[in-house]
Amino acid sequence: MANILSQDTRRAAGLLTPAYLWLTVAIFLPLAAMLYFSFLSDVPFGPEADWYYTSENYRAFFETGTYASLLWKSIKLGLTVTVICVLLGFPCALVLAKVIQGRSREALFLLIILPFWSNSLVRIFSWAIVLRGNGVLELAVNWVLPFDIRLGLMFTPTAVVIGLVHSYLPYVILTSYLALQAIDNSLIEAARSMGAKRLTILWRIILPLSMPGLLAGAVLIFVPVVGSFMEPRILGGRFGTYYGTVIEDQFTAVFNWPLGAALSFILLAVVLVILALSSPILRNART
Amino acid sequence: MNMKKQAAVASALVLIASGAMADEIRVLNWQGYGTDQEFALAPFTEATGHTVVHDYFNSEQEMLTKLRTNPGAYDVVLINAAFFPDVLAEDLLQPIDTSKVANFADVAPDFAANDSLNVDGSLYGVPWTWGLTSIAINSSTISETPSSINVMWDEAHKGRVSIRDDAVEAVQLAALATGQNINDIQDMDAVEAKLGALMPQIRTFWGSENDWNQFMAAGELDVASYWSGSAERSAASGLPVQFVVPDEGAIGWLDGLAVPASSENVDAAHAFINWMIDPAFYSEWNANGAPASANAAAAAALPEDAFNRKVLGDPEVAARVQFMEPVSEENREAYLEMWQALKAAQ
Repeated sequence: MANILSQDTRRAAGLLTPAYLWLTVAIFLPLAAMLYFSFLSDVPFGPEADWYYTSENYRAFFETGTYASLLWKSIKLGLTVTVICVLLGFPCALVLAKVIQGRSREALFLLIILPFWSNSLVRIFSWAIVLRGNGVLELAVNWVLPFDIRLGLMFTPTAVVIGLVHSYLPYVILTSYLALQAIDNSLIEAARSMGAKRLTILWRIILPLSMPGLLAGAVLIFVPVVGSFMEPRILGGRFGTYYGTVIEDQFTAVFNWPLGAALSFILLAVVLVILALSSPILRNART
Repeated sequence: MNMKKQAAVASALVLIASGAMADEIRVLNWQGYGTDQEFALAPFTEATGHTVVHDYFNSEQEMLTKLRTNPGAYDVVLINAAFFPDVLAEDLLQPIDTSKVANFADVAPDFAANDSLNVDGSLYGVPWTWGLTSIAINSSTISETPSSINVMWDEAHKGRVSIRDDAVEAVQLAALATGQNINDIQDMDAVEAKLGALMPQIRTFWGSENDWNQFMAAGELDVASYWSGSAERSAASGLPVQFVVPDEGAIGWLDGLAVPASSENVDAAHAFINWMIDPAFYSEWNANGAPASANAAAAAALPEDAFNRKVLGDPEVAARVQFMEPVSEENREAYLEMWQALKAAQ
């Protein structure tokens, strides 16, 4: 008995080692290096590097209201984008999983995943071409409508939301689709045979059963959007300063890696707190 | 010994020999800023055998980051005179051996003696170009050339203004607009209020010359801060751009070419710098849009009506220019904090 157990343990260890090695090398080591940086006064590079240990980078967050207000702005952006993605993505996934059958489903699925195959920077620049003044969208609208219309979408918070929703929509469609497909059709048929209306079926059966997939998609979107920097910078114009762009500035423009690292860890902590606070809701959804 | 082996040895010898004569030098500069001009590089490689590879930066801090974090990666680097003290403080440069730069004799004496480039009797950067940071207008939407920098604050151009996303440049432009000395700003509150009033006017911030050209080509802007050489280049490429030196003045800057301390191709680097300050190179560059040359012989060789001779050579304009001096660490941090807070409040 003991022999079998140890054999199992050994096999488990053997199978898990590559995954943990990968985690260590690809995630924990760089994160640990950044955590170390966040407690330095200056980056330890160059022949005459002069630095000491300090917590001033974390204190900087609280000394001015700038960072906190930007973080709040980014969280609001994350919530907006997540809600829009869920509202658009869940119906798409529902139609894909329960209405469309056969080959056309594969074709549609391919269309949803297709944007994932292109570089995200290319996608955002394409949006810039579409949204800008005298761009594709304005020309198209003016071609259809008889009167002159100035949309003025480029360089507004709306443009940022459009770009981010387009980038992250496939996540929620994919996760919801998987959850929806796992729902046994006979459950829906049973409900219908007992006279449940469509909305009741959706609200009482489909939504609760697919909630884990929907929430997984929402988390997958919310976390990166809060830290996004490329989309706001290109599409946001003067409104494009968010928490993520300030962190990027610390690394690329003003060379204050320690502050950038500290701001990143504060973001990580805040995101973890948000997820922990919402975990009771997540757990309820599962049962 | 078989044929194959002999051929291999022979080709290896050729490789070693050519490696000794012809180096690959790596240049760090703004993109599209002279050193990467196709017309200059091909003859340089032909004349000296050295090949040139480029890497680019989008801000002076990025240049500093790249120099710090990649020792040995660069042989020639372009540095704004106001940033030389930062780079020199970390011993990142080696002194220029002017005997290897024949064209140095023609560099204007004022520039050659610049305090920022010369430390303890050694020259660390060869003055290459100079120019102005001021405003440029979209001549297809603004018919009358403005005489004041306050055109950026004009209600008529609301939402059609841009400045570079750079704290120091933004503060110095606001200092000009409030009639202050850009190197000794007394009233920071006025600067902050002025920039705060500018924010609603702004469409977007620009980061590189390429950004600027794209926004202008898309018709997004009426007026934007810009660099004199870049404005010439944009106009030469067909954009409706006119550079303006307003009554309040303009920010003057000097760019130098330097050799990093960690460079291993020092001779080739000096040869490249010499090529870059050559009047022949400058005349051709100027025809495509260039900043003003620090080489007096090159400036004198320009046609009479060239912008860099007619406008920048005009003593009346020169009197209005405030040359940018190095900015202290405290001031830079204060400017950055103010600039970030202003942007965050949008």
